[in-house]
Amino acid sequence: MKNSMFQASLISIALGLLFGFIIMVFFNPFQAFPGMFTVIGGWLLHPEFLRRLGDWLYLVGPLILTGLSVGFAFKTGLFNIGVTGQYTMGMFAGIVVGIYGGFLGPIHWVVAVIAAIVAGALWGLLPGLLKAFFSVHEVIASIMFNYIAMITVNQLIQSNLELVNVAFQKTRPIELSAYLPTYFLRDWFPRSSIDIGIILAILVALVVYIVLEKTTFGYELKTVGTNRFAAKYAGILEQRSIILSMSISGALAGMAGALYFLSLGAINSGNQYSVSGVLLGAGFEGIAVALLGQSSPLGILLSASFISFIQRGGFFMQIFDIKIEIIEIMIAAIIYSSAIAAFIQPYLGQWFKWKKTKKVSP
Amino acid sequence: MKPPIISMHNITKVFPGVIANDHINFDLQEGEIHALLGENGAGKSTLMSVMFGLYNPEEGTISKFGKPLRIRNPNDANEAGIGMVHQHFKLVDVFTVLDNILLGAEPMQGLFIRRNQARKEIEQVSKKYNLQVDLDAYIEDISVGMQQRVEILKMLYRNNNILIFDEPTAVLTPQETDELIKILKSLKAEGKSILFISHKLNEIMAVSDRVTVLRKGKSVKTLNTKDTNPKELSLYMVGRELVTDLSKKPLKPNPKPLLELQHITYKTRSKKHSLIDVSLAVHEGEIVGVAGIEGNGQSELAYVISGLVPIQQGTLKILGKDMTRASIRSRNDLGLAHVPEDRHKYGLVLDQSLEQNLVLKKYHQSPFQKQGFIQTKPIREQAEKLIQQFDVRSGRGATSHTGSLSGGNQQKAIVAREIDTQSPILLAVQLTRGLDVGAIENIHQHMIRQRDEGKGILLISLELDEIFKMSDRILVMYEGQIVGEFNPKHVTKEEIGLYMSGAKHQ
Repeated sequence: MKNSMFQASLISIALGLLFGFIIMVFFNPFQAFPGMFTVIGGWLLHPEFLRRLGDWLYLVGPLILTGLSVGFAFKTGLFNIGVTGQYTMGMFAGIVVGIYGGFLGPIHWVVAVIAAIVAGALWGLLPGLLKAFFSVHEVIASIMFNYIAMITVNQLIQSNLELVNVAFQKTRPIELSAYLPTYFLRDWFPRSSIDIGIILAILVALVVYIVLEKTTFGYELKTVGTNRFAAKYAGILEQRSIILSMSISGALAGMAGALYFLSLGAINSGNQYSVSGVLLGAGFEGIAVALLGQSSPLGILLSASFISFIQRGGFFMQIFDIKIEIIEIMIAAIIYSSAIAAFIQPYLGQWFKWKKTKKVSP
Repeated sequence: MKPPIISMHNITKVFPGVIANDHINFDLQEGEIHALLGENGAGKSTLMSVMFGLYNPEEGTISKFGKPLRIRNPNDANEAGIGMVHQHFKLVDVFTVLDNILLGAEPMQGLFIRRNQARKEIEQVSKKYNLQVDLDAYIEDISVGMQQRVEILKMLYRNNNILIFDEPTAVLTPQETDELIKILKSLKAEGKSILFISHKLNEIMAVSDRVTVLRKGKSVKTLNTKDTNPKELSLYMVGRELVTDLSKKPLKPNPKPLLELQHITYKTRSKKHSLIDVSLAVHEGEIVGVAGIEGNGQSELAYVISGLVPIQQGTLKILGKDMTRASIRSRNDLGLAHVPEDRHKYGLVLDQSLEQNLVLKKYHQSPFQKQGFIQTKPIREQAEKLIQQFDVRSGRGATSHTGSLSGGNQQKAIVAREIDTQSPILLAVQLTRGLDVGAIENIHQHMIRQRDEGKGILLISLELDEIFKMSDRILVMYEGQIVGEFNPKHVTKEEIGLYMSGAKHQ
């Protein structure tokens, strides 16, 4: 069962890449082959191999967390489409602590990350409360909370000269002590943006896995998610589960915001938030990651790594005069085909079995 | 003799872990009512689904009047004149009866549906077969019996002449069942060929011409109904004789009350079917049966006791303690077990494994958890113990997907879980609805054993036979009130029936 789901994911990835490739051939037949080669791994074949590897690993961290955020909610029967808002809130809290919290010394970055987690959790809590007590569907509430988060954060930043760099319409740089530590990582991956974010993200994935699969708390959340009537009948407090589940999902998204912005690296456009009236895409990428990873923490680790991998490939592919947006098309095609695969997978399984039995019988 | 209208030859259908149909041969003569009898999981529904094109068999052929017939999907079946009434109706709740009948077979004129012409045709059909329904009523507003008529009309409107009924009486009240049997006979008189799936022997005796018995995926025997009797049939079906008489220990003198309801009143939001001033008590070592026609407050009674809805007025005592405002969990932990009416909605988490469902009420207790961590080994051992003890049959034992179990085995799993909580009070609602005789016998014996051990059981059931067979005391509900209390030894079913219909009250 698990194995065939993994197979289905691999098939949909292949189909998605193929689809993107066909489009590339259509628009730019001569550069399509080198472009495609770059996307699927060629970009790593470079004298600065380790730097590129480190940059990639840095980007995987936040993606794992937004993926976990969506996946965790999914597993408990909720569709948290407000990851972007929770991520924005986490980012904002992290930056505020990062700018004002210089007095905290060596624990400065820890406090900033925790502030981000708390802010994200609160932003997830609100739609959770609405759902639990007023039956407001979490999709509607959390979509609107995305915009509330963005506009509130923009207002707060723009109205505070200690936070905003008016000329660039960006947040000011945070204190050095608020950046996530890099320890030995930048010796291993010289000149890259890597820091301990990726390690934290993997640890969080492990914790999420343990909570969901090994604890009674996770069992309760999943039971409410699969059949809330039966959960109620069994004496599980349904409302409490919904509220906690949304808060945890929000906390993961908030932490993702911290991981992305509290990083002293060259590639993330200077870890300063640009004030603009557009939702950050990070949360929506989390949905793709969770779908492709089938909401399981291990699957999310793999799918976040993969999606980030081809995104980096897309970045380097631009030298072949191919638009980076082709990557978004590929990701979308992968998600579509994996959604279709979920439908046809039982038949696919039958087909495989049929082929096998045919081989055995003379 | 004419070749049979439908003949199935060597049908084999395999699901992961089970052979649902094992080389089954079956034929249906034109104009007969042929009953298919078997326990849950014997392969009746699978065989019919093969005929209706819902499943493609691994092996076997189907022929009509001796000519081979390929049925790959329900459309093929429909073209061959085969129609099916599923156990759970396939109707659109928010459509009218007329639209439901037309759905998928709309008579079109250009872009428009010719409703008026269709209405005339349907009215003719319903007059011919004596199937009166209000064509403009919405499905959600009509009774289950009426919905079934809509399903029958759907088949007739499509000119199907081979009609499959999958457990048609499982959802009906006794009166509606009698009505259905009349309809089936009139359909037969009009030359329709009918396949009737059931596990209720008396119905099969009453309605069918021939009966084929399936057991564990194999066809055991085909008999002429008039040459057989219920005893012989049950022997073929279960493979052994059934215990029909349940002997009980005598009642204890001066038993303690375990569950007490005092002046409980409950109104639903639509103010329908509320409970009005209900008081009752269940004592140790007795079974109290609650009889009544569906929708007279029995479901609400179970909800207020279990805590699924809050008590608005009155007091609830469990083991003498006031639990009126207590949470579901604390009621359960104090000593209330509950076999719920709707086993799919409340009783089970169908998408989880059997072992997880078997600890649904106990996962928060030792040894199934330690410091908040689930202990897989005790859960597995517990599941295996219960599966063995209660004979829950499934493809992959403790790890089976609960949704893949047959209805009877799902119910056995719930009963196993609830009895295993060792609670002194057991609230059992529609305990054996839709189950076959073998499973019913098994569950009834467990209930009697619980009673003899001193547990108090409140049995809410629509089956009057069950109430009479099990109860030490009978309460009758009518329009949210308890209208009578009886000793089953001193009252007849007819007398109770008068109270159930509101003609009499104490």
